[in-house]
Amino acid sequence: MSKKVNLNKIVKDYENNYKNVEHKIVLCAGLMCIASGALKVFEELKKEIKKQGLPVSLEINSKCAGVYVSKSGCQGFCQQGPLMNINDKIFYTQVKVEDVKEIVELTIKQNKKIERLLYLDPKTKKSTAKMEEIPFYKHQERILLKDCGNTNPDDINEYIANGGYASAQKATMKMNAEEICTEISASGLRGRGGGGFLTGKKWNFARIQETEKKYIICNGDEGDPGAFMDRSIMEGNPHSVIEGMIIASQAIGADEGYVYVRMEYPLAVDRMNKAVKQAEKLGILGKNIFGSNKNFKLHVMEGAGAFVCGEETALIASVEGQRGMPRPKPPFPAESGLFGKPTIINNVETIATVPKVLAMGGKKFGKVGTETSPGTKTFALTGHIVNTGLIEVPFGTTLREVIYDIAGGVTNEKGEIEEGAFKAAQIGGPSGGCLTKKHLDLKLDYDNLKKADAMVGSGGLVVLNNTTCMVNIAKFFMQFTQHESCGKCVPCREGTKQMLTLLTDITEGKATMKTLEVLESLATVVKTASLCGLGKSAPNPVLSTIKHFRSEYIAHIEKKTCPTGECLALAKYNIDQANCKKCSLCKKVCPTDAISGEPGKTHKIDSTKCIKCGACKTACKFDAIFVGGSK
Amino acid sequence: MKTESQEKISKILENYSYKPEKLIPILQKVQDEYNYLPKDVMDFIAYKLNIPSARVFGVATFFAHFAITPKGKYIIKVCDGTACHVKKSEAIINKIKEKLNLTNSNTSEDGLFTLECVSCLGACGLAPVVVIGGDVHAQVTTQQISDLIDGIKNEAKK
Repeated sequence: MSKKVNLNKIVKDYENNYKNVEHKIVLCAGLMCIASGALKVFEELKKEIKKQGLPVSLEINSKCAGVYVSKSGCQGFCQQGPLMNINDKIFYTQVKVEDVKEIVELTIKQNKKIERLLYLDPKTKKSTAKMEEIPFYKHQERILLKDCGNTNPDDINEYIANGGYASAQKATMKMNAEEICTEISASGLRGRGGGGFLTGKKWNFARIQETEKKYIICNGDEGDPGAFMDRSIMEGNPHSVIEGMIIASQAIGADEGYVYVRMEYPLAVDRMNKAVKQAEKLGILGKNIFGSNKNFKLHVMEGAGAFVCGEETALIASVEGQRGMPRPKPPFPAESGLFGKPTIINNVETIATVPKVLAMGGKKFGKVGTETSPGTKTFALTGHIVNTGLIEVPFGTTLREVIYDIAGGVTNEKGEIEEGAFKAAQIGGPSGGCLTKKHLDLKLDYDNLKKADAMVGSGGLVVLNNTTCMVNIAKFFMQFTQHESCGKCVPCREGTKQMLTLLTDITEGKATMKTLEVLESLATVVKTASLCGLGKSAPNPVLSTIKHFRSEYIAHIEKKTCPTGECLALAKYNIDQANCKKCSLCKKVCPTDAISGEPGKTHKIDSTKCIKCGACKTACKFDAIFVGGSK
Repeated sequence: MKTESQEKISKILENYSYKPEKLIPILQKVQDEYNYLPKDVMDFIAYKLNIPSARVFGVATFFAHFAITPKGKYIIKVCDGTACHVKKSEAIINKIKEKLNLTNSNTSEDGLFTLECVSCLGACGLAPVVVIGGDVHAQVTTQQISDLIDGIKNEAKK
C-alpha cells in the first residue's frame, strides 16, 4: 500500500500543464454565491465558451487548453455575489446568466472590460477592475482566506501546486514532535475558537503523555449564530484543514483524527470527505504517510445539531456516540479525552493556520498582528452594513477600520448609508458582548476585547444600527443559550431560564427596577457556578448590554416604552400631526380599522385596536407615523 | 417490525461494524431512510448494538437533527441566527406559522410541511435566509415566503 508522493513532480506537472491554458476564470462557488445563482452562471459559461469556439478545461491536466474555468470557495464579498475573477485582472460582481455571452465575447476574446459588471464604489461612484483595489479587499490582509477564494477545493493538485502539503511533509519527514511544538510556540499562535489558549502550549501537554494511542480532533461545530468562518474554510480550502491536522498529529503523536463538522453545513461535509479521499489516494493520509513509517487515519464526522458540542468534553462525548454533555475538568482532554486517551481539540481556523505558520516560520508569523495576539483573524461581518461577507484582518485593526473601511459604513432602516447610524457591534456571539461608539478606536485583539467585556469568540461580528433594541438583542441571545443549555448543571439549566423570563418581563412592560437587580445578580451566579463555557459565558450579552445601554433597560421598565419600537408589546404608534398631510392612506391600509379620521382632517390611532403591525408606518409617504412616546 | 426493515437497518449497522460509538452516524443514516426515528426501530438498534434503549432514545432526543415524530414532506428551515434575527426573521417565522396554521406542532396537518428554526445556516450575508428542500432562498420577505408555500402546495396538488 505504501507509496511515496512526489510533491515536486505534481507542482512541475501542474505548472507545465497550466502553460497550455490561455485564460483562467475563477467563479466563486461559496454557499452564498451559489444561493445567488453561481452554479447556473457556471453551466452557462461552459456552454457559451464552447459555442464561441474556444476549448474549455475544468481541470489542469495534460489535455487542458483554452479557457480554464474553476469554481473556488468563498471569496468573501458575499453581498456582491456571484463573483467572477478573470485572469486575476478583472473582477466582476453580481454576474448573471444573461451576462455570460458578453463576458466571453468581450472580456475573454477581446480583453475588454464590461463597465456595468465592475464594482462601483457607492461613495466615490468610481468603478474598480482589480479585486485587490476594491476597498473591501484593500484594507484586509488575507493570509488564510487568499487560497480559499483562489483555488478549486475539489482539486488536490491545485492545492499542492500552490505550495500545499509541503509543510505537512516537512513536519512528517524532517521534524520531530518537539520541534513542531517549539515552532508553533514561537509563533505565539492562539486558539481561534474563542478561548485564545496558546496552541503550542496545548499541544505540548498532549505530546508529553506517554501512551500508544492519542487523538486529534478538529472542531468544526461552528454553532455561534452569526459566524461562518469555519464553514467557508472547510468548503473553500478543505485541504488546508487536512494539512493542519497532519501537522498537529505529528506534533502530539496521534495516529487518528476526526474533523467534526456541523450538520447544517452539508457542502462542507461533502468537500471535506472528497478531500480526505483524494489525500488518501496520494498516500498523504492513511498508512505510511508521505512514505514514512507513520500513519494517520482521518475521519469526517457529521454533528447532529447541538451548540454545546462546541465545548471540548461535550464534543468528545458526541464522537463517542453519547449525548453531547460536558463533564468537569480536570482531567483535561490533553490527558484523558476521547475514549480515555490524550486528545487535542483545535478549532478549524487554528488548524488551517498551522501550515501557514510552518511555511512562514514561527517567528515571522509572530510579527503579524499585535504582540500578544499574533497573526490574522477572520471575521464574519454581518448586520446593518453595506458590505457583508467574510474578512481577514491582522489583530490590532480597529473596529472603525472594519466597519467604515471594509464594511463600507452602517446602513439605516431603509438600507442606505447613514453617518452616525452605528449603535453597537456584537462580537463573539452568544458568549460575547457588545462594543459601542466609544470602542470604535479599540484595537481588536484577545486582550483588548477581554478588557472591554467582550471577546474575539469564533469571530462573528454583527453590526447593529440605531433601530435595534439592545434589550431585545440580549433576549435573543438568552433564548438561544437557554434553548441550547444541555441541562446537566443547575445554574445553567435553571439560571438561563429565569434570566430569559426576567428579560421577557422587561420587554413586555411587566418589570420593575427590582427585576433588573435580580437579573444582574442572577447573571453573576450563572457566570460563576456553571459547569462549562456555555453557561459561564451565557450572561455576557446581558451584562454587556446593561453596562452600555442601561438607559434603554430603564426606559422599558419605568417609562414602559421601547425607544426603538422593536418590542411589540411596548410599541405605541402615533401620528406626528406636523408632518401629516391628512391623506388618509394609513387609514386605508390599517387591517384593524384602528385609525380614525377623514381625508383633510386630523387622523388618530386608537391604541386599543392597534395590533402594531407597522403597515401604516410603511405606507406613509411623509414619515408622519412614529413609534414610541415622542418623536 | 417487518423483516424487510430489519434487514435494511442491519445493513446500516453492519457498515458501522455494530459499534455503539457510531450511534450518531447510524441514527443519521436510519433517519435518512425513514425521515424520522420510529420507536420500534430505535429498540431494534439498541438490541442489535447491545446497549439500553434509553441510551438510543437519549441520543435521539438530545440532538436537534433527530426527530421522533414524522416530518413533513417539505422541510422549511428558517434561519434565526443573529444576522437573520436583526433582519427580521421573526416576521418570516410568524408568517409561516400563520399560513400553515401551526399552533401546537411544527408539522402542518396535511403532512406537507415541517417548520424548523435553525440557529445559524452560516449564510449571514444573505439574511434573512430560508432553505426549502435544499434550495437556499436569500433576503426573503413575508410576501415571498407566502408565494413559495403557495407554489409548493400547487405543485403537490398536481
